[in-house]
Amino acid sequence: MEGCSTTGGHRADRRQPGIPGVGCTHGAPHGGDGCPRSAGTARPGNHRPPHVLPELRAPSLRKTSPLPPASQLRARAGAPRPRAHASCSSSPTAYHRFAINTVITGCDCTGRGGGRGKAGLKDGSWTVLQLVEALGFCLENTDPRMRGRGMQLLSQVLLQCYSLLQEKEVLHLVLFYENRLQDHHLVIPSVLQGLQALSMCEVLSPGLAVSVLKAIFQEVHVQSLLQLDRHTVYSIITNFMGTREEELKGLGADFTFGFIQVMDGEKDPRNLLVAFQIVRDLIAKNYALGPFVEELFEVTSCYFPIDFTPPPNDPHGIQREDLILSLRAVLASTPQFAEFLLPLLIEKMDSDLQSAKLDALQTLAACCAIYGQKELQEFLPSLWSSLRREVFQTASEKVEAESLAALHALSACLSRSVLSSDTEDLLDSFLSSILQDCRHHLCEPDMKLVWPSAKLLQAAAGASRRACHHVTRSVLPLLLEQYTKHSQSSQRRTILEMLLGFLELQQKWGHVEEEESTLLSLQALICSVVFSALTDSSVQLQLVGIRALTLLGSLQGFLSPSDLELVVDHLIRLALCEEDSQSSEAAMEAAGSLAPIYPKVFSGRMVPRLEEELQTEPEEESSRDRCSLRQRCLQALAAVSTHTSIVRETVPVLLQHLRKVQKGSEAGSAQDIISVCRSLHRVALQCQPEAESCWYYHQTVVPCLLAMAVQAAMQESTHPPLGKVLLQEEVLAAMVPVISAATTHLSPELAAQSVSHVVPLFLNGEVSFLPQNSFPCSFQPFQDGECLEAQRRLVALLMAFVCSLPRNVAIPQQEWLLRELLVLSCSCNCPFTATTAAKCFAGLVNKHPAGQQLDEILQLAVNRIEPGLVEGPHRTQALTLLLWVTKALVLRYHPLSSQLTDKLLGLLSDTELGPAAADGFSLLMAESPDVLHKGCHADVRIMFRQRFFTDNVPKLVQGFHGAGPDVKANYLKGLSHVLNHLPKPVLVTELPTLLPLLLEALSCSDHVVQLSTLSCLQPLLLEAPQSLSLHVDTLVTKFLSLTSSPTMAVRIAALRCAHALTNLPTIVLLPYKARVIRALAKPLDDKKRLVRKEAVAARGEWFLLGSPGR
Amino acid sequence: MVGPGQGGGQPLQNANPLIYRRSGERPVTAREEDDELPDIIDDREIFDLIRSINDPEHPLTLEELNVVEQVRVKVNDAESTVSVEFTPTIPHCSMATLIGLSIKVKLIRSLPERFKLDVHITPGTHVSEHAVNKQLADKERVAAALENSHLLEVVNQCLSARS
Repeated sequence: MEGCSTTGGHRADRRQPGIPGVGCTHGAPHGGDGCPRSAGTARPGNHRPPHVLPELRAPSLRKTSPLPPASQLRARAGAPRPRAHASCSSSPTAYHRFAINTVITGCDCTGRGGGRGKAGLKDGSWTVLQLVEALGFCLENTDPRMRGRGMQLLSQVLLQCYSLLQEKEVLHLVLFYENRLQDHHLVIPSVLQGLQALSMCEVLSPGLAVSVLKAIFQEVHVQSLLQLDRHTVYSIITNFMGTREEELKGLGADFTFGFIQVMDGEKDPRNLLVAFQIVRDLIAKNYALGPFVEELFEVTSCYFPIDFTPPPNDPHGIQREDLILSLRAVLASTPQFAEFLLPLLIEKMDSDLQSAKLDALQTLAACCAIYGQKELQEFLPSLWSSLRREVFQTASEKVEAESLAALHALSACLSRSVLSSDTEDLLDSFLSSILQDCRHHLCEPDMKLVWPSAKLLQAAAGASRRACHHVTRSVLPLLLEQYTKHSQSSQRRTILEMLLGFLELQQKWGHVEEEESTLLSLQALICSVVFSALTDSSVQLQLVGIRALTLLGSLQGFLSPSDLELVVDHLIRLALCEEDSQSSEAAMEAAGSLAPIYPKVFSGRMVPRLEEELQTEPEEESSRDRCSLRQRCLQALAAVSTHTSIVRETVPVLLQHLRKVQKGSEAGSAQDIISVCRSLHRVALQCQPEAESCWYYHQTVVPCLLAMAVQAAMQESTHPPLGKVLLQEEVLAAMVPVISAATTHLSPELAAQSVSHVVPLFLNGEVSFLPQNSFPCSFQPFQDGECLEAQRRLVALLMAFVCSLPRNVAIPQQEWLLRELLVLSCSCNCPFTATTAAKCFAGLVNKHPAGQQLDEILQLAVNRIEPGLVEGPHRTQALTLLLWVTKALVLRYHPLSSQLTDKLLGLLSDTELGPAAADGFSLLMAESPDVLHKGCHADVRIMFRQRFFTDNVPKLVQGFHGAGPDVKANYLKGLSHVLNHLPKPVLVTELPTLLPLLLEALSCSDHVVQLSTLSCLQPLLLEAPQSLSLHVDTLVTKFLSLTSSPTMAVRIAALRCAHALTNLPTIVLLPYKARVIRALAKPLDDKKRLVRKEAVAARGEWFLLGSPGR
Repeated sequence: MVGPGQGGGQPLQNANPLIYRRSGERPVTAREEDDELPDIIDDREIFDLIRSINDPEHPLTLEELNVVEQVRVKVNDAESTVSVEFTPTIPHCSMATLIGLSIKVKLIRSLPERFKLDVHITPGTHVSEHAVNKQLADKERVAAALENSHLLEVVNQCLSARS
């Protein structure tokens, strides 16, 4: 059979499922050409003349069971009454005779006359008897073709109408059909179809199912039928197994044997799926297998391992994987197969074919789920040696992973079995043999086999508590001993990493007294090893040590109080003094994860130490070191704040430090404030899950920050340059996430309480809730006045707060606030303040409930924006406001959003604002970090990007075609921003229409456009290579020409695309191979190293194209 | 030239070799990101080209087996010369020629044409060092080897990115 090569080493009788469409197994038209019954299987009775027919429909039918009146059939079917024909009602016989004659004539010439018969039977105007009688001429014909047509018609009618038949009718039909199984081979397919229809009848009398199956098993040689007819036989069996389970079980093992004969030799994948399902049911539903276990195994296992490649454009959609899983379910369905299956699996693990190996390993793992010690015992040594060989020698990570999984399953299986007192414990001996083979490799931490050995041991130990105990009891002391024996850091690192792996398993299985004693007896040794790793000079070893420390801390009761203090001291030292930032960060993380387990130790020992370090004044000579030490302290304080009680200690320390820093006038203090804010932000995030610490944090931090900012703003009497560090843009920007994170997770009641203080502060200058609220003058950020510029900047803090509130919290005086923000955003000269006000406005509008109020405020905004855009000093501000309001509305699908987007599209042709408007598309589509995202409860509809894409991209494309040459780039830039943020699956489907434009964009001279188009195309080349294949010529040309762009980023992106091109079908690329390789020689000598790196990667991949060994 | 020795299930010549740690990715410096300043081709750059070549027998890279080391790579960008010494894991390693060929092919594919390549065995580390070096230095034999599709397949496997 073409296309399904047999695996090397298969037994000669192995059959592989064939490819549908290839070979003669199916698809051939019914007819005399492919006589399916070979000479060898021809049996007497094959051409028996149909003289039995009259006997069948003879007296019994008429006498004992007058067919029910048509009305009865009709009533059961619930079909509408047929239209009353005048002629029909007066003389039904005449009408029927006419109709039946038509049917028969039809069936004589074309075999398509069943339509009326079906209809008639369905609506009850005909009975089956009448149909059979009418077909008599056909069914009794001496020409087998004619009989075949007659049977075909009858069977098709039955397939449609089987549910309407009565018990007696079914009985007689079954007897008739069984008898017909002895007919000519041309008739058999139709007979089987009829039986299939009858097998679906609910009214089949008891005993008939068995007799039908017996007749089929006896009379039909299934494997010489065509595919479709074989499928019919499987369907009959499946139907009976579904409805007549008890009766079939009465047949005993004969049924199993009959089925074995039916499926023996099956080649078609469609039939195999059904046949495998039947075998699964046979086993799962406890049919008697009798002496036929081995036969049943042979008849299925001969397909293992499945080697099947579906033909291209296979309409049946059967994948290799379907067959594999289906067969695996059969093979792994019963321990009875074990004695036959395990040798087969061991043989296949030896195979050269990776797929056979993987299948064998996965099947073994599946079997272990139902096997017990009894089945496995005999084969354990060979299984182990095969698995060991795979893990020790394989080059494939997949094979290794599957081998380990199989070993894990084996070990789990052995652990599960109940021990009887007199048998030996197989688990123990199995693990001992593993230990014997792997243990000595653990002593050679430089050699290749050290890790495979450790993985094998860990896979076996991970299966059960008992296995874990057995393995660790032997391995832990060994590793501890080896750690002291080896002195090099790299060796120690390997050993400690293995130790860590075994300790993790311990953690998984928790503690039992007995095991605890093993572990506890090693406690001192383990601790000393881990502590020595922490003081080693090698960063890599330190990192593993820190991971081990975290793990030890999480083992309940493992560390003694004195050890704990030592642990904390080590962590402090590593966090603050270790030069390498990796170690320091890891130590902080470790402190963070241990702090909730031992809050007292950390708040009592670590927090005071950090506070003390922070307060130490920097000495002159080493101020840089001090500076980085302070940074570390701040980070560590944040990292360790993972428990409520610790938060209450660290937050005041951080705030105190903030106050101290902002008073100082050093040059670096802005950076210091930003670091404190980062730490505060991290603490806020860690507080969020817990309502209590969240509220504590909010109450403590937000007023304090506001107070400091207000104070600073009031002291600022003059206009820029701003003297106060606290009012610098980047400092305010660092405070925004702190306030936002402190607010988002508040409960609505508490948030309402807070909002009633903060909003009046900004609108009315209500400062009473701030700590230390004696200020020299009043706070009025929304008032006009030159000297209030500093106060206006604090709108950033207002934005951080109000835009993060849950949506159901009412904001007092919201309309007033919105109007003030609108004015500020359009008229303020300072871009920072104007943008912040616009963002704040947008954030509020996005959450504002729909209704008249919203419409009014939006109208107000539009009225402000429109004239602002036309002319005047504040065009940029108007554009910014337009962008943010558009974003707010696009996110919530507000109807006004399309009007605003159109305005934005119009601005693309503006020579002054065009580029900014084009960049604005990126703002619309991207996730904004501080406002208008899900985290701050904004109203963000899913798929808003897709919607924006469908609504606006056609307009962008149209605008591009109509635009003048100087502004075309704006459209392309806008388009590429939209495409860049679109989910890739959507992009792939929309690609064909956009590709011409994207290719045009590659020729655009603006390097921003080039870059964003390239970054848009690269993932498409990886994900939708087929649809891009058509344009390979253009793509190759453009990419190659862009590799000599003057901009480094473009060259890199172009080379990445040239690399990604290799994902296209090789046949499409081969004509370009020589040219690309030649062209890519030039960037190999690029002056920039990063470009050369990409060129090397791309050129190397092009060399491999179409070459052996790729 | 030698043929590949890796048949399925056949025992390896050196089943449990010493393993060395990989050096990390070269950190990108601010200078490298500056569009204007040229970066010269240095030893590390050449070493980065060859360190990830797969060993023909083991699922390991030449760097992990210490077959190539950065100290044994010499490049002179101005004079356009590259010299690479490689060290077989055992003195009678039958893969030495194949490894040398892989390194050579990788460099041919990855370096500008102006470079003159010299790939040879670290002196004193292989029994047939002289013969192997001679083969690798012979341009025609290298070209002929790559015409052999079986050999090309093994070399390409060594040069493919690990899946």
